Amino acid sequence: MNDLSNATPELAAEHGLTAEEFARAVEILGRTPNLTELGIFSVMWSEHCSYKSSKKWLRTLPTEAPWVICGPGENAGVIDIGEGLAAIFKMESHNHPSYIEPFQGAATGVGGILRDVFTMGARPVANLNALRFGAPDHPKTRHLVSGVVAGIGGYGNCIGVPTVGGECTFHNSYDGNILVNAMTVGIAPTDRIFYAEAAGVGNPVIYVGSKTGRDGIHGATMASAEFDDQSEEKRPTVQVGDPFTEKLLLEACLELMATDAIVAIQDMGAAGLTSSSFEMASRGGMGIDLDLDHVPMRETGMSAYELMLSESQERMLIVLKAGREDDARAIFEKWELDFAVIGRLTESGRMVLKMGGETVADLPVAPLADSAPEYDRPHRPSPAQPQIAATDVAPSVGVKEALVTLIGSPDLCSKRWIWEQYDHMVMADTVVRPGGDAAIVRIHDSNRALAVTTDCTPRYVAADPVEGGKQAVAECWRNLTATGAKPKAITDCLNFGSPEREDVMGQFVGAVSGIGEAARALEFPIVSGNVSFYNETNGKAVQPTPAIGGVGLIEDLSRLARIGIDQPGLTLLLIGKTEGQLGASIYLREIAGREDGAPPPVDLATERQVGDFVRDLIETGKVRICHDVSDGGIAVAVAEMILAGSVGVTMSVPETADHGWWFGEDQARYIVAVDNKTAMKIEADAKSGGIATMQIGVSGGKALNLGPEGELPVNTLRDAAEGWLPAYMDA
Amino acid sequence: MGSQPAMVWHRDTALPNVDLIAVPGGFSYGDYLRSGAMAAHSPIMREVVRSAERGVAVLGICNGFQILTEAGLLPGVLMRNKNLRFVCRDVFLRVENADTVFSNRYSAGQVIRIPVAHHDGNYFIDEEGRAQLEGEGRVAFRYCDTAGAADDRSNPNGSLSNIAGILDPTRRILGMMPHPERLSDPTLGGDDGRALFDSMISALS
Repeated sequence: MNDLSNATPELAAEHGLTAEEFARAVEILGRTPNLTELGIFSVMWSEHCSYKSSKKWLRTLPTEAPWVICGPGENAGVIDIGEGLAAIFKMESHNHPSYIEPFQGAATGVGGILRDVFTMGARPVANLNALRFGAPDHPKTRHLVSGVVAGIGGYGNCIGVPTVGGECTFHNSYDGNILVNAMTVGIAPTDRIFYAEAAGVGNPVIYVGSKTGRDGIHGATMASAEFDDQSEEKRPTVQVGDPFTEKLLLEACLELMATDAIVAIQDMGAAGLTSSSFEMASRGGMGIDLDLDHVPMRETGMSAYELMLSESQERMLIVLKAGREDDARAIFEKWELDFAVIGRLTESGRMVLKMGGETVADLPVAPLADSAPEYDRPHRPSPAQPQIAATDVAPSVGVKEALVTLIGSPDLCSKRWIWEQYDHMVMADTVVRPGGDAAIVRIHDSNRALAVTTDCTPRYVAADPVEGGKQAVAECWRNLTATGAKPKAITDCLNFGSPEREDVMGQFVGAVSGIGEAARALEFPIVSGNVSFYNETNGKAVQPTPAIGGVGLIEDLSRLARIGIDQPGLTLLLIGKTEGQLGASIYLREIAGREDGAPPPVDLATERQVGDFVRDLIETGKVRICHDVSDGGIAVAVAEMILAGSVGVTMSVPETADHGWWFGEDQARYIVAVDNKTAMKIEADAKSGGIATMQIGVSGGKALNLGPEGELPVNTLRDAAEGWLPAYMDA
Repeated sequence: MGSQPAMVWHRDTALPNVDLIAVPGGFSYGDYLRSGAMAAHSPIMREVVRSAERGVAVLGICNGFQILTEAGLLPGVLMRNKNLRFVCRDVFLRVENADTVFSNRYSAGQVIRIPVAHHDGNYFIDEEGRAQLEGEGRVAFRYCDTAGAADDRSNPNGSLSNIAGILDPTRRILGMMPHPERLSDPTLGGDDGRALFDSMISALS
């Protein structure tokens, strides 16, 4: 068997191609592909690269708004943030590699998403991540948390981009398949945005960055299959990251981008040289000739197949204007990076690969791209769940005890142990650090800022994919709003089980429809994203987890809100209506031991009305302390506000307040802390707009006084919130 | 702040005429061998050492402190943090010596809040060296609690005697792990670090 041997149907199956897909490949070529060509077909048509099961549904998502400069399809999404600047961002999964080799899997996930953003001309200004681990008592969980966190920190800290936010939750559905989603946000001048569309016959194709080794071969194929007990044997497919080289690559690329030498640029991510060269040629309708002998190699004896499929990190492919090679070479040599002219653009419409003087692959670009398989897979809607009210759940413990349990539970406890391992301040623009509703990063040398967050409540999506999809978008929008930011656009990372199963495909279809509905209603378009299917082990799928990463804009840094209550005598005002929805709530799971029921419904018109009202209060300087109400309801929200500011609160609650009132997760609610006069004014304004409000407490003292339910010293709350994760990790 | 910095490249072999050389934080050469070990051998470092010997003030922050110890401009070593994890958070420092070009705008014993962000900030020196640092007033800053007590709880990395920053015998070279530049702007949550820069400007320009 060598690179030029003819492929067989069995070999195609080993590469993850179905019999029909292999037949189509033969038809396109007019002959049987050789091994190298089969490798290229297999990665280009993998679920990871081709979106063959999801494309039909992704097309339904809203992707446009007047401020969107570039929607999905490029390396990352681009929005206009005014004053000649654009925000460029995307979120991507690195789930399977992170389960197999947590440190390198997570690290290279960060490295990959950073490249997606700076390849478009942006300097990265913030990293975020959304992490889902298995049950804390699963034997692998502690090791995975430790490795993933060290890997994310190891990469982001070294390259010098602050990791400012994210989320981390635990559930046994992730026992055999954790989720590691990484997001990067960058800023570029609007007139210096770079795309991956090849143009200009004869223009040179340049390889820069690290050398190519045998690591990561078939990573994209691995990401497109479910796991089983043998999955750990796939460790050699996990790449190894080198963040310092990426730092050099970032600076060298930005330096070259300041010239006008670049025609197109794309990072070598999943499927490495294959997808970067193929996609650039395909987008520009060009042919491309590559001489693989010129590819910088880390080891001798590498085959064409290995060179094309390697996922070695920290590499970029650039189409330069002819004649600018020496200018570019000087920059990359200054930064001590490899630089090689490896090919030219042609008008043949074909990708022709040569090695050792022989043609090792010859593929038509457009037919291969255009005939990528697309499936309308059978899907079955999830069965509807009943609404659950407080009267359906007998409270086994009092409010005080339940609150201490919840605030110290794995999902709601402080994640300080994690984010203190991330440099969240490097570059000195982090205005609001991790731990609030959204992180706030100043736009350098200005009085404006971006607010950034990632959100998803998988238990809601599991219970009702449509409502759960809506809620993920709404919560992201609300978290940005609660800081005073104007939500601008989102990126999504859709993590699901196998699309070949009707129930999972039904979850996907439902969630996408919910996400689309919410994004339309909130004018919060999806500008980039990633689909990760096959998140299951031995036939057990993860909870459907469509993580939503949001970016908002703060026009005046003197008008923003934080969550901490930092002075006594303030009135706590709840804005939004409370019904006491306990279905699929964290209270139901952690206190009652049940995971059933319908999630709280999301009324998007109300969501928007209440959010716009609250944002206006912050923008006009009336409110500087605000927190949204989400997991764990009012009780947990107030506790978090106390912990962030260290001043206690005496609650004044309705006589009818039951555990549904305290812990229900009704949507579209915020708590603000303001002086009493302002509170009365806000209440009057809200009333005239038809928005429900209620005074629920007054700040002061060193305790959370729950009225008839008793009192909790702030230190008791703090010990509960801060205690769990360090104790768990040190056990 | 009214003073123009000049950047130099690591392969340069000459420095412009300056009053202060700052070696900033970061991850020089990825810190893959040992933090600061490779950078200490950069061509420009020969010139930094020569300038320091001539009396030009040198400030090393974080990776810069590590580089200065590796280059032999400051004694001791910075080992991996005691708990083996990277740590990024605000800490409190007690100003031990306010009579230097770096700290004259602070007062001795003052407690300031400054962030740390490092993996290798665990300062160590042998007993003789420690006694010398202490005896000569060359401990510049010490990790402490809000009241100024330098105890184990307030030590973020296991540093010997809670040492956060040290001076050379001439007190013209300061190395410190905490990042004063990160809390020099109220928008970022505090400006306790600003006085360090004000000190240098008033003493050196």
